[in-house]
Amino acid sequence: MAKLKSYKEIPIGGMIEKAGNSEDFKTGDWKTFRPVWNKEKCTNCMICPVLCPEDCIPVEKGEKPVRKETDFDYCKGCGICAKVCPVKCIEMKEEAGFNE
Amino acid sequence: MSKIMPFTGAQAVANAMRQINPDVVAVFPITPQTEIMMQFAKFHADGDVDTELVRVESEHSAMSCCVGASAAGARAITATASAGLALMWEILGVASGSRLPIVMPVVNRALSSPINIHCDHSDAMGCRDHGWIQIFNENAQEAYESVFLAVKLAEHPDVLLPAMVCLDGFITSHGVQNMELFEDKEMKDFVGEYQPKKWLLNTDDPVTVGPLELQDYFFETQKQRADAMMKAKEIYLSVGRELSKITGKEYPYFEGYQLDDAEAVIIVMNSTAGNTKAVIDKMRSEGKKVGLLKPRLFRPFPYEEIAKALSGKRYAAILDRAESYGANAPLYGEIKNALYEVQEKPKLKSYIYGLGGRNIFEAEIENVFETLLSGDFDPMEVGHIGLRGESQ
Amino acid sequence: MKDIFEIRIHGRGGQGAKTASQFIAEAALGKGKFIQSFPEYGPERAGAPMKAFARISDKPIHSYAPVVNPDVVMVIDPTLLETVNVADGLSEDGVLIVNTPKDTQWAQEKTGFKGKCMAVDATKIAFEAVGKNLPNTPMIGALIKATNCITLDAITESIKKKFLKKLGEEKTQATIDAVKKAHDEVK
Repeated sequence: MAKLKSYKEIPIGGMIEKAGNSEDFKTGDWKTFRPVWNKEKCTNCMICPVLCPEDCIPVEKGEKPVRKETDFDYCKGCGICAKVCPVKCIEMKEEAGFNE
Repeated sequence: MSKIMPFTGAQAVANAMRQINPDVVAVFPITPQTEIMMQFAKFHADGDVDTELVRVESEHSAMSCCVGASAAGARAITATASAGLALMWEILGVASGSRLPIVMPVVNRALSSPINIHCDHSDAMGCRDHGWIQIFNENAQEAYESVFLAVKLAEHPDVLLPAMVCLDGFITSHGVQNMELFEDKEMKDFVGEYQPKKWLLNTDDPVTVGPLELQDYFFETQKQRADAMMKAKEIYLSVGRELSKITGKEYPYFEGYQLDDAEAVIIVMNSTAGNTKAVIDKMRSEGKKVGLLKPRLFRPFPYEEIAKALSGKRYAAILDRAESYGANAPLYGEIKNALYEVQEKPKLKSYIYGLGGRNIFEAEIENVFETLLSGDFDPMEVGHIGLRGESQ
Repeated sequence: MKDIFEIRIHGRGGQGAKTASQFIAEAALGKGKFIQSFPEYGPERAGAPMKAFARISDKPIHSYAPVVNPDVVMVIDPTLLETVNVADGLSEDGVLIVNTPKDTQWAQEKTGFKGKCMAVDATKIAFEAVGKNLPNTPMIGALIKATNCITLDAITESIKKKFLKKLGEEKTQATIDAVKKAHDEVK
């Protein structure tokens, strides 16, 4: 968490002067379940990156796109990726076990 | 060259708006403000202004429209009175909280209930703690000039707060008086173009206006608003000095009339200050040391300056055209506050007068002065001028 | 002599008392005077008794209070003599001008006013001149005859300024003629 600023340091009227700053807001610490991805079983079908509501499953572009590991800074643990995976290569596990 | 015109207060204010030629004006009728917008709409129809005139469906919408326009980077003006101001209340706070320099003439009228269309100050007093600059005006001339002052003060980069220009309903808004109308170009040049540093329609530097702030930042943002209001106090004087160069008038925090050597002072705002001057002229000719202190800037309130002006005076009566139910009347409360640190305080008396347009006559004001000069009054008891059932 | 010349006009909503007070003030302003003109609004409905005021002065006018000690009272609607004390606050040096087909004696009896009283049939003059019941402007003609507080020339100018564009030359001239007629006929 960034250090909170004093009233002398912030823009007036609550104005947000930088666009696209939602990136700075890490939403990943909300999750109680974490998607654990089995890279070996994954077929790179590209269903989970498209359906992820947080858009936090990175994809390496190329002739054949490749799925990368979920960005846990933003993943809220909704479990949609696990639900839609046709080969069942994503398993939701309790976050508590990961000790991040 | 300026011209002397037979103008009502409403015509005076509408002409100020014509000369300013704002980018956006939101219009909604309410007695006795309607005359301002009727006149301005005529200027608009005649092509005297190229303002975007937005006909909204309520005052809540009128202020919302101004908030959107101002945030987008436009100079926005609307005008209202009484219930209209009350309906705006929520958005008034959005305007000042978002630091948008909207200017709004307020034609002071009583608040319901019972319903009443006539003058008192309960509308403006109801939002005195809402982060708006409030300038009160004795007559059409003052109201006219204050609109320009308000625009420049509100838009000052160190202020960026909305401003109300208050004038008495019917008495000032509908009464015809001599009004000195200054030249269009001079007045237009005085206000210049509104140049915000950040605005919503600037796609090269996109910003967000009006976000959510919770326990983490809300308090800091309010402190900034309070500081800006205090800053507005000194900038009011510097903008006033600039305006003086065109008008030749002065724009002090308050006007003193025969105040310096006065023993008994009446403190009152807007048109009744005029009536009081007429009484002072008469009583001075009889050798009585009476004077007037007429606050013009009510928010921010000039505590130190008023304390200094009243220090050493013997008696002062504060005339409020609004009640504060269960508390000191608004202006009286401020004056009493201002005097806390003063060693030689005058003995004070609070009077309520003129609610719902009840006339106040010169004889009644003279009576107040005589009561003060006698020294024989209870400072804890509130007087009511012109109220049936109270011995005058 | 008072510094400020004060006029009170009694009429009913819609009869043009406010307009008359404005004409008087504007005509005086044209001659470099300080002026005021304002109505006392009641419930804002046609036909309700109302008052309008005008002040003329060589010095700035401070007070915005209604006129209580007028120098002149003008009564546009004679039926008001039955219900309103039109001479209230009018000193015996003052003038009372009533729009009535009757004479000054009748007006004096009705009001009990002991000072100078004048009567003019402004309604009839207005009907003959402009075909409408608009006695307010002819009443100004009577005022000029009674007091010289403004001049016929000044009021002519004011009427032209206000009506020429709106009503055209013929009707504007008829209005001016009505003012002059009332000026000549008032007794």
